[in-house]
Amino acid sequence: MISFSKVSKVYGGAGGVRALDQVDFTVADGEFVALLGPSGCGKSTLLNLVAGFEKLTEGEMLFDGQTVSRPGPDRGVVFQEASLLPWLTVWDNVVFGPKVQGLLRNEYEPRAHEILKIVGLEAFQKALPVQLSGGMRQRVGIARALVMQPKALLMDEPFGALDAQTRLSMQQLLLEVWQRLKTTVLFVTHDIDEAILLADRVCVMTARPGRITKEIPIDLRRPRSIDDLTNSEFTHFKARIMTEMRGAHDPH
Amino acid sequence: MPKAESKAGPLVSVHLMERMRKAALALVLPVALVWLWQLSGTNGAIAGGALPTPDRVWAAWKTWAFGTSTFGLNPYIGTWTQSLWFSAGRVVYGFAIAIAVGVPIGMIIGWSKLASAMVDPTIQWLRPVPITAWLPISIAIFGIRDFGAVFLITIGAFYPIVINTTQGTRDVDKNWIRAALMMGAGQRDVLIRVVLPAALPSIFTGLRIGLGIAWTAVIVSEMVAVKSGLGYVLWDAYYVGRMDIVIADMVSIGLMGFMSDFLIVSIEVWALRWRRLQSFDA
Repeated sequence: MISFSKVSKVYGGAGGVRALDQVDFTVADGEFVALLGPSGCGKSTLLNLVAGFEKLTEGEMLFDGQTVSRPGPDRGVVFQEASLLPWLTVWDNVVFGPKVQGLLRNEYEPRAHEILKIVGLEAFQKALPVQLSGGMRQRVGIARALVMQPKALLMDEPFGALDAQTRLSMQQLLLEVWQRLKTTVLFVTHDIDEAILLADRVCVMTARPGRITKEIPIDLRRPRSIDDLTNSEFTHFKARIMTEMRGAHDPH
Repeated sequence: MPKAESKAGPLVSVHLMERMRKAALALVLPVALVWLWQLSGTNGAIAGGALPTPDRVWAAWKTWAFGTSTFGLNPYIGTWTQSLWFSAGRVVYGFAIAIAVGVPIGMIIGWSKLASAMVDPTIQWLRPVPITAWLPISIAIFGIRDFGAVFLITIGAFYPIVINTTQGTRDVDKNWIRAALMMGAGQRDVLIRVVLPAALPSIFTGLRIGLGIAWTAVIVSEMVAVKSGLGYVLWDAYYVGRMDIVIADMVSIGLMGFMSDFLIVSIEVWALRWRRLQSFDA
């Protein structure tokens, strides 16, 4: 579904900042992959390349067998701060995509209703983003991406700005949604627990230059829930990744 | 819930009282000024007759507004409404053209670096030329006619509208544009459905400034290049020594400017109501 071969991204021309350096990386169809790393390690850059928001400097990146030249509805992006259009209601935010794509109303409206129901916002269709809590806003962000039936969901620290409790309930929601829809997900995070809980595979990244240093398959059984956060298998993965990250941070 | 209900009644009247208090406070200064002005004159005149007192101005305005001409061609009997509409009509006309031209150009300059590099310097060179300096050209092209005033208003209102629209367009949250592109929006959809609403707060700032300049422009051009409207009456009354009409005219201009600004602000409050709402959990 997504494949990077020897991809580099340099900001500011020759001699600039190497945000990504010779990255090889793949995401299989239907796979949930978490990119885990400290801020500034290039994990958001990697996601932005897939999204088509930025262009790579060297190497080749394919999405669904094609090179990416611009953003599009086959790659639904969920932003860190939701980035909803604040003058549109929840409903209008969710149907913005189908509308500008010129889809027929009777084609997308039932789907939009269903997805709003899945994310638990059917009662808030007429609310404006400012009237919602951070968690609710991010539910809308997920809904507007899902309504386009994307081939992949690209999530850039979507729960990073939420308080711990809301974050847990959003992780639970995402698990339920994903277990139902089985969309390919590329999930950027700096939270180890979140990465293990959600992903089939965790890719650990390091900064300067941005590289993927370790890929760890998480073979915890599905379906998962936030209760898994405390079981021993989970703790085992966490210990492994922490060792991995410490090693990556302090190579000496 | 019952707690909120019991609060609702008193809250509304507190709000109303607060507004009335504000209105009353706003009136203190003008009332005091008019009162001082009245006191400083004797027999309806100040400085040996150079200026009339407020009661004279009030009387002159009443005749100007409601009087019916019985003989001759006195231009200051019953013509106030007409003059008002002449000026206001030109402002609406010129201001509408300024919006229709200024907002799209501002958006293009703010959106495209190429357009910015090509158009923005020219606008910045022309901008320091005051509207009064455009008067000769305006008269040369349009003559002593209506459109001369409209032309001047358009030029005057254009700059603040275009500059604020440009700024508003440049300041649009990058992620809103990315989100729209991600959802399949083309450039046109992004501009109309994202950039325009996002830039609206800045655009309204430009509109308010532009409207103020539009009133200046209409008065100036009517004083020189058009033979009707409040500006024309102002200069004409001065020539024939009717300072009472001059002052009544000035008050009328102020009032019109104030009311049109109020109108714009009301539209702004309505159009940007999404910014003012309170969060459910706040």
